[in-house]
Amino acid sequence: MGGLRKLIRSTAFRLAAFYLLIFGVSSAGLLGLVYWRSAGFTAQQIDETIAAELQGLNERYRLLGIPGLRQVVAERSGKQSQSLYMLMNPEERPLAGNINGWPTANIMPGGWMDFEYDLAVSGKTERRRARARKIDIAGGFRLLVGRDVQQRDELVGLIQSAFWWAGGGILAFGLVGGLLVTRSTLRRIDAMGAASQQIMAGDLSRRVPVNGSGDELDRLAASLNAMLDRIENLMTAVRQVSDNIAHDLRTPLNRLRARAEVTLMSDAEPEAYREALERTLQDADALLGTFNALLDIARLEGAADAGPSDIIDLSDIVADVTELYEPVAEDADITLLAEAEPGAAMVIGDRRLLAQALANLIDNAIKYTPKGGAVRVSAITAGGYAELSIADNGPGVPEAERGRIFDRFVRLEADRGKPGAGLGLSLVRAVAQMHNAEITAEDASPGLRVTLRLPSAT
Amino acid sequence: MRVLVIEDDAEAAAYMVKGLSEHGHVADHAIDAETGLIMAETAYDVIVLDRMLPGMDGLAAAETLRAKGDATPILFLSALGQVDDRVKGLRAGGDDYLVKPYAFAELLARIETLARRRGDEPQTEIKVGDLEIDLLGRRVNRAGERIDLQPREFKLLEYLARNADRVVTRTMLLENVWEYNFDPQTNVIDVHISRLRGKIDKGFDAPLLHTVRGAGYRLSEAG
Repeated sequence: MGGLRKLIRSTAFRLAAFYLLIFGVSSAGLLGLVYWRSAGFTAQQIDETIAAELQGLNERYRLLGIPGLRQVVAERSGKQSQSLYMLMNPEERPLAGNINGWPTANIMPGGWMDFEYDLAVSGKTERRRARARKIDIAGGFRLLVGRDVQQRDELVGLIQSAFWWAGGGILAFGLVGGLLVTRSTLRRIDAMGAASQQIMAGDLSRRVPVNGSGDELDRLAASLNAMLDRIENLMTAVRQVSDNIAHDLRTPLNRLRARAEVTLMSDAEPEAYREALERTLQDADALLGTFNALLDIARLEGAADAGPSDIIDLSDIVADVTELYEPVAEDADITLLAEAEPGAAMVIGDRRLLAQALANLIDNAIKYTPKGGAVRVSAITAGGYAELSIADNGPGVPEAERGRIFDRFVRLEADRGKPGAGLGLSLVRAVAQMHNAEITAEDASPGLRVTLRLPSAT
Repeated sequence: MRVLVIEDDAEAAAYMVKGLSEHGHVADHAIDAETGLIMAETAYDVIVLDRMLPGMDGLAAAETLRAKGDATPILFLSALGQVDDRVKGLRAGGDDYLVKPYAFAELLARIETLARRRGDEPQTEIKVGDLEIDLLGRRVNRAGERIDLQPREFKLLEYLARNADRVVTRTMLLENVWEYNFDPQTNVIDVHISRLRGKIDKGFDAPLLHTVRGAGYRLSEAG
């Protein structure tokens, strides 16, 4: 019965039980009210009828005296009805009436009494319940007017038992329904638990089941999955970085080490030592540069979304960075054009990082554009997005390789002989991700156009 | 000049002290912030302060110094390179911030620049040899001949001139003239320098703007 115990301990079951309790109490209250009002109403009606009739008879007595009263009572007693009458003289002898003998019952205030009497129905005597009121008339005469309440009591009993059945039914349905609902919810939670167990065991590609109903559990599952996506991305990034370090830092490190070792082995001139040391220093600087770039990228990719918070005019950055690169472009005989009106593209971001991203993009564009070419940098706002784009009219990037250019250490065939470690565009992508920006590389026919679409701050 | 190096890595500090003395400076080393604060009671021109120290950390040490009214320029050294770390360092009273690993030439250039800042009087004109820079009128003359400069070129020359006879590195120029502190892939600064050189040195016998190999640039009359 571990399953049942688990069921009883579950939050869903407790909630169901709690609701059942509240529901049960309120329906009991409602049924009780209905019962009290209906039974009470008929009882009151009976009492009113009796009181009215008694008053009528009393008036008859005042007008006609005992003989007149006796006549009326005898007349009414003879009719088929649920009314009961009894008129007694001071000697306790019945003068008129339709019950056999003055009932023995406790007399309640106002002369009311509840009693049982015998009624002859088709030869048989039946014991029936009644309610009556008596008054004393001057001279020791007593008058009793009552009504048979057997039928009413039976009706009330019927209502009562109906209420008990209804109450029992509500409880039973509530319990069974609650258990069913609980079990289905519990099963979904168990499925989520099982999925997380598997994820914890190392299967990061597993996801929590989502049934598409959009309810709370479903939304919880969806956000858990979003979290898992993020974790998986981060894990992949970490793995990539370590792979990259293994592949791409080991080679230059090895070269550096070999040079130092060989130089030490040879009995060289001081000048040769100096030269070897200087080259070692250059290599170390290059390595550190690569290392720092990798760290920057990893840090940006791992950064929380709520990073940058300054409102920035992209046109400022465009103006600054194109101005910084303008002489470089001129030396390479390339026209560098900035097309951004002040205030045309406002974003929330990190000025330094966006400038660095743009610098890397411009640097890249200048590197791959042949003499006489042009690089256009523009910033506009369109459809709720600030678009920063850099287009060159160089040879471009083949479509098949366009998606790859933002990966780390990717250097295309055409890059041979150009300086760089293949990290510039990875940093651009990391900056874009941090700013919730979409980054695309497309054909500018001819050339390459890279566009960053950032959420607009205007 | 006298430099106090507060750094818990004794080996790195020893290289730093050696390098500084080879460039004619007197450097002392303190292994932690507490010792450093006591040593700082005597006059130093610059304090090089590691941000991460055992016990009292670099930020707290800088704040303590400033609270005592000590205005000695502080250069923070840190393995933390994110923007907000830098901002925190400068807010705590630091005057400059250098991220490890750094080139010694960079450290030296920054220390020498910081030392100058003290007693810096507002200048309206700077002269380097026969080069005259009018900071108010934003005009430049060399040997009485007018030289036209773009605003950024003027800013570049102004920074070099304010630090005349001292080495300024490419990152210092990027930080101070363009107000960016990232590392550009290409040597963009070199191109700006050569353009400036083309305007102020071209056609004159003695060049003023010198390249210092492995370090940066220096504007000076002497070669």
